[in-house]
Amino acid sequence: MRTSPFLSAATPLQRVMLKVLAALLPGIALQVWLFGIGVLAQLALASVAALATEALCLKLRGYPVRRFVSDGSALVCAWLLALSLPPLAPWWLAVLGSMFAIALGKQVYGGLGQNTFNPAMVGFVVLIVSFPAQMSHWAAPLAAGPAYLDASAQLAHIFGGVLPHGIGFDALASATPLDAARTAVRQGLPGPDGMLGGTSAWLALGWLVGGLFLLQQRLIPWQLPCGFLGALAVLAALFHWADPAAHAGALFHLGSGAALLGAFFIVTDPVTAPTTARGRIIYAASAGALTYLIRAFGNFPDGVAFAVLIMNMATPLLDQLTQPPVFGRKAGRAGRS
Amino acid sequence: MSRILHPFHGGIRPPEHKRHSNGSRIGSLPLPSQLVLSLRQHIGQPARPIVVPGDTVLKGQTLAVPEGRISSALHAPTSGRIVAIEPRSVPHPSGLTELCVVLVPDGQERWVERMPFDWRTAGIEAVAQQLCAMGVVGLGGAGFPTHLKLGSGRGIETLVINGAECEPYITCDDRLMRERAADLVAGIQILRTLLRAQTVLVGVEDNKPEAIEALQLACGGADIEVVALPTRYPSGGAKQLIRLLTGLEVPAGTRATELGVQCFNVGTVYALYRALEHGEPLISRIVTLTGAVARPGNVEALLGTPLDALMQHAGADDGVEGYLYGGPMMGFALPSLAAGLTKSGNCIVAKSPALFPPAPPPMPCIRCGDCAQVCPAELQPMDLYWFARARQFDRARERHLFDCIECGACAYVCPSHIPLVDYYRHAKAELWAADAAGQAADLARRRHQARQRRLEAAQQARAERRSPHAAPVPAVTSPAPVVLPPPQTDAPAPLDEKQARIAAALARAAARRDGAGQPPAAASAQPVADEAQPVADEKQARIEAAMARAAQRRAAQESRR
Repeated sequence: MRTSPFLSAATPLQRVMLKVLAALLPGIALQVWLFGIGVLAQLALASVAALATEALCLKLRGYPVRRFVSDGSALVCAWLLALSLPPLAPWWLAVLGSMFAIALGKQVYGGLGQNTFNPAMVGFVVLIVSFPAQMSHWAAPLAAGPAYLDASAQLAHIFGGVLPHGIGFDALASATPLDAARTAVRQGLPGPDGMLGGTSAWLALGWLVGGLFLLQQRLIPWQLPCGFLGALAVLAALFHWADPAAHAGALFHLGSGAALLGAFFIVTDPVTAPTTARGRIIYAASAGALTYLIRAFGNFPDGVAFAVLIMNMATPLLDQLTQPPVFGRKAGRAGRS
Repeated sequence: MSRILHPFHGGIRPPEHKRHSNGSRIGSLPLPSQLVLSLRQHIGQPARPIVVPGDTVLKGQTLAVPEGRISSALHAPTSGRIVAIEPRSVPHPSGLTELCVVLVPDGQERWVERMPFDWRTAGIEAVAQQLCAMGVVGLGGAGFPTHLKLGSGRGIETLVINGAECEPYITCDDRLMRERAADLVAGIQILRTLLRAQTVLVGVEDNKPEAIEALQLACGGADIEVVALPTRYPSGGAKQLIRLLTGLEVPAGTRATELGVQCFNVGTVYALYRALEHGEPLISRIVTLTGAVARPGNVEALLGTPLDALMQHAGADDGVEGYLYGGPMMGFALPSLAAGLTKSGNCIVAKSPALFPPAPPPMPCIRCGDCAQVCPAELQPMDLYWFARARQFDRARERHLFDCIECGACAYVCPSHIPLVDYYRHAKAELWAADAAGQAADLARRRHQARQRRLEAAQQARAERRSPHAAPVPAVTSPAPVVLPPPQTDAPAPLDEKQARIAAALARAAARRDGAGQPPAAASAQPVADEAQPVADEKQARIEAAMARAAQRRAAQESRR
């Protein structure tokens, strides 16, 4: 027996997830253009592994498999994880990461909507802590690399771990801008002068386009990306102003690593972020600040994943502390607005 | 008219579907073969029948009189014979039966003698009594007896007239304002005079330009402001409308009158005008017949008209798979069309799969917060849902569950299609049940203690009479009987809760008038001040005081909710 309301005008959950996937496409296209077909292989691997893990967990938990596997949330998680991996990473990295993300990051808590931590970031952190070497093997962008792998060679490396005769991975490897900056600073060389970091700035642009689409579609609240990017930029600018030689500037930080991907697609995961407006600003700004601090003073080149996971823990508390006043109960007045 | 509006938070813009039914004049129905009149046509206690089967009645004759404080009278919508007073199904989601008066029309339409009421000189109390006797109740859907909203004729600065009609499909107020604007304005003037209101604001959503124009014309030079409101559901909620027009927010559990505002629906004002100026009791109402029907429109139907007669008149399509009583946002599905039309029946929607596609199965909540964006009560619906699901009802209450007006905006935008309002109704019902159980236990404890004290006092008196060395015994007055609230017999239904709150508020107001300044719940929870108790009983006294304090705290909490 259905009760009121008898009307609905919501974008169904599945379509919400599809729109998020669509918003990732500009960035994915740029990543393929910059790094080659390997990116697509990572996406495919992660997707298959995530869907299979999701289906298995649902079956074990006695849930309707088809309805929940098709909600699109596992795919979003898989894609976000795949896009954080080096494009030439061995196949088992994406598979293992996705399995961890879905099984330990999501299903263990009770599935969609119940998880405390961002599942994609759980998978990412498991990988970067367990396999730091493989996770830092970023090949140089196609256009700039000392050596060049064509599509079949890329796939051969991902799935077979083999490289064309006479090429070692070192010949392909290149430090990411964030890594380069850290290394330079540690060696006492001048760091990047606040410039955007070349190719990764292109990528950032792709995520930005997708993020603006999500904002326009009202699928993400503005407080989350703005709070995150704002805090990251302000801190970076402050440190850069205090010691330009040791710290890259705001633009560099916004344009490199996972800053924009994180701001629009990871910090904005509704399940693990607060639901109140003020809570969202505090949460996102703290995550942005932590990202900067980990980048500048931590042991890992990028800090988005750790920052988000740390702030995930604070979400319930932030929700508690930032409850907005209810209609007619706004402090100290008999209702005059 | 450019009045500064104070938009309320949230709200939605569902498709209006008003065009189907608002294009034609208010029609009428042939006399049905019988009228089924529920004695519960309003919030509060059902009316008490004063006719018996076999009686012949005239049109407008009183069939049942108000019973208790919150009640209203019921009249014969046409002349005829009472054939039964028995339980019949009434418009209710559960299909329950209520005592109904069944009237078979004689086709004569013979009226009782109708006398205009001299409301100008009668005084506001007499007017209230008259309205109660005339069976005038809120026609906006809630059915609250109108005479209880008049107050004392003091302290109302702003009179708000609700012509917003924000629910999709419903157009009965729209047609009323278009076709009977002059009478409506006359009714508004009566109310303004009675309440001595400085400002009169009529709020109408801007999707009804014809109604706005008709009202403005009818107002002429009168100092009545007809305000076009942006179309946004639920602007017709009394609190949302008051906020829109005045900027005042009436907190849950308090009454608008405390802020110097009172709000009446246009249909109610029209009924009040008919009752006072023409001596016509409330025996019919305008009802929208719409949805999947061949002839959508509005009819002025006699109360008690069988709903299937109404739907036959409108010509329900073949594909109809159910009917809604009220609008699609706040109405309910009728289990059958057997019931008779009631005073709160503003609309019947015939549901077809094309108009109302089945709801997809609910998915888990992803905390997207869309519900909080649209909640006009500015609650956090996803949290309330979470607490309700986890059976943490007290947490839901702390987060102001009872401020929820069940408008359905949250469920309307939920991407997971969760029937959120159901969860809130369920949580409220659980809390009412728990409160009732708590009250019953309190009551039993107080009775037991009172009895113990009586027995002790009697024993002491006997012992002192027997003792030869006893000083002359002061006569032990038996303790005053404990004033106890009437035990709640039936499981509290939502209406009862509302009723209880209203009753409490009224009692509070009365207490304030009497200068008592004590919420009645606390007053009745005061344990007996037992003057006969010797002072040595200090411990007992301390316990009593603590109990009284606790009771007062509880009562204060109750009244805060």
